[in-house]
Amino acid sequence: MHISSPQFHQNARRAMADAGLQKALATSRPHFLERRANAVANLPEFEMLRDTARDIKNHTLAHLDFYLETFEQNVEKAGGKVHWCPTADDARDAVLRICREADARTVTKGKSMISEEIELNDHLERNGIQPVETDLGEYIIQLRKEAPSHIIAPAFHLNRDDWETQFRLSHTDLPADRVFAERRDILTEARAKLRARFLAADVGITGANFLIAETGSSVIVTNEGNGDLTQTLPRVHIALATIEKVVPTLEDCTSLLRVLARSATGQDFSVYTTFSTGGRRPRDLDGPEEYHVVVVDNGRSGMLGSEFQDMLRCIRCAACMNHCPVYGAIGGHAYGWVYPGPMGSVLTPSLAGLDRTKNLPNASTFCGKCESVCPVRIPLPGLMRHWREREFERHLTPATQRRNLGLWAWFAQRPALYRTATRASIGALKLLSGKRGRFKSLPMAGNWTQGRDLPAPEGGTFFARLAAAERARRP
Amino acid sequence: MTPKEQVLGSIRRGLRRSALSDEQAAPLRQRVAAHPRHLIPARSRIDHAAQITLFIANVTKEYGTVIRVGGVADVPGAISDYLASQNLPSRIVVAPHPALRDVPWHDRPLLEIREGRAGPLDPVSVTQGFAAIAETGTLMLPSAPERPTTLNLLPDTAIVVLQASRVVGPYEDAWDLLRAEGGMPRNVMFVTGPSRSADIEQTLELGAHGPRNLHVVLIEDHVS
Repeated sequence: MHISSPQFHQNARRAMADAGLQKALATSRPHFLERRANAVANLPEFEMLRDTARDIKNHTLAHLDFYLETFEQNVEKAGGKVHWCPTADDARDAVLRICREADARTVTKGKSMISEEIELNDHLERNGIQPVETDLGEYIIQLRKEAPSHIIAPAFHLNRDDWETQFRLSHTDLPADRVFAERRDILTEARAKLRARFLAADVGITGANFLIAETGSSVIVTNEGNGDLTQTLPRVHIALATIEKVVPTLEDCTSLLRVLARSATGQDFSVYTTFSTGGRRPRDLDGPEEYHVVVVDNGRSGMLGSEFQDMLRCIRCAACMNHCPVYGAIGGHAYGWVYPGPMGSVLTPSLAGLDRTKNLPNASTFCGKCESVCPVRIPLPGLMRHWREREFERHLTPATQRRNLGLWAWFAQRPALYRTATRASIGALKLLSGKRGRFKSLPMAGNWTQGRDLPAPEGGTFFARLAAAERARRP
Repeated sequence: MTPKEQVLGSIRRGLRRSALSDEQAAPLRQRVAAHPRHLIPARSRIDHAAQITLFIANVTKEYGTVIRVGGVADVPGAISDYLASQNLPSRIVVAPHPALRDVPWHDRPLLEIREGRAGPLDPVSVTQGFAAIAETGTLMLPSAPERPTTLNLLPDTAIVVLQASRVVGPYEDAWDLLRAEGGMPRNVMFVTGPSRSADIEQTLELGAHGPRNLHVVLIEDHVS
């Protein structure tokens, strides 16, 4: 597993100094925020639909075994096959086995985060099978040998120049002096390049936004149409999905779809929402002959019944990272693994272990924006706080921090002393700040004052003011 | 222990229970069989004429186009006029659907017509839509021998012919139509506008891997 989360601090510092990344973040982020806000404003029932979405997911998780077994029965009824995979290794092997049985040389792929999680492309390449990413963003980062920096916009960190440079580097069969006058020209070149790949592939691998127990279907949601070409043209379709993707019925899925695109890209509905159920039927003129669903656990079942169960409601819309000030400052790669932003800061420690990822739940100011936009109402700051508690309990917190926290706790448990001390220090700070009312530098607050002034306290402590207000209210 | 037993066992350990008994599973089976609806937004719960108007407005908002015609006899003219107006080739591949076989294509002899699934070089496809969802301007295109999926994907221009009576309000009504008329096929596509990508600097560009143009020919069939 490639993970650089232990170097989060260095990663973040490098990201803040990366002019290209900062430009990309500044260009792209406002689009997401504005589009979601518009979509939500245009649907008066949106908040109620979030409750519905949460309830559907909670119901499913409480009966996950039942719905997964029902899903399998209905996949088999439709002529498909389910492959159960407890670990990432099992999932990689299952995909490879299906590809080998199909005598596959090349596979096309739709965007799939679980494929990134299990590092499927490396595994296929090591075994002589060439995977071709077909989502535009995934395509360029595959050419650049990078990881996605965002769960729905993999090339979020790139600027238009980066696309042109990479295409000139990679598509050497095209005239070197061709002009990319508009973004559209980049898109057209990718479309032409990938069209040939779609037609040549032996196996198509997609992810799944949902699995439907009622019908045995896998569902993908895309805008480009690459996922549909991936699952329609080759002889074999493999859908990769984790266990928590299952929902009971088409109606349940429909209700979740109403909040998914709006939260993600701010569209009312994505361009292509497609339900695949088994292989080609008699007399069908197209479609894959074989249909496989690789169902992956890889640590999720261990979250059931824990304080992190709520995280399994996640439908991967990316609203939390789009609205996160920390993600907005450092982008996705700094987080060091597959899932960035607030959802990643909760999920990554569950899947990769807290020892290597303890920085992630601390990469939050707890401003609460993520929770306020989550379509399935995951209490993300609360879950990050649980991780911080575990970090403290397991003595993973650095010694200085533990000592300071201990000191603070000792004070906080002695209210009289605490109030006297805070009153004294507030008075002292006010006095020291003089007429300016703020500090340009202060011992032990260097990290703060490096970037901005520290305002001096005004008036008394909270308790002093409360007491004064109550005295004033009394007759 | 099989991998399946491992996964299910681990889930049950998390949920702190064993496999559900028949009695415990019965209400869940009932829930799947009855597939109850949840909250449906008010915007599409309007009369049928208004649903058609909403559908057209939403398709247009998503960069598709719609033309309303009086009957099947008007379809060849509407299609050839559309292709001419957009400077598109008049070579079309038509789905082998009975409703499209009833279209008097010979009225427009300049249309070059082939029937079947789409190949990589077909510039324009014509398919018979199954239903349309007013709520978001979405076409429901299930697969069938007479509805090949490649027609929705490979050509640069996708033209969908649809009877106005097949426009419904919410997705749930379309699912019920599908359940009533044959059940879940191999593939069901919900299509909302032409293919697009915003992967380059989060700026929308039309014409990614699927069709660049999506055109709906809506036939008035006077069924309320």
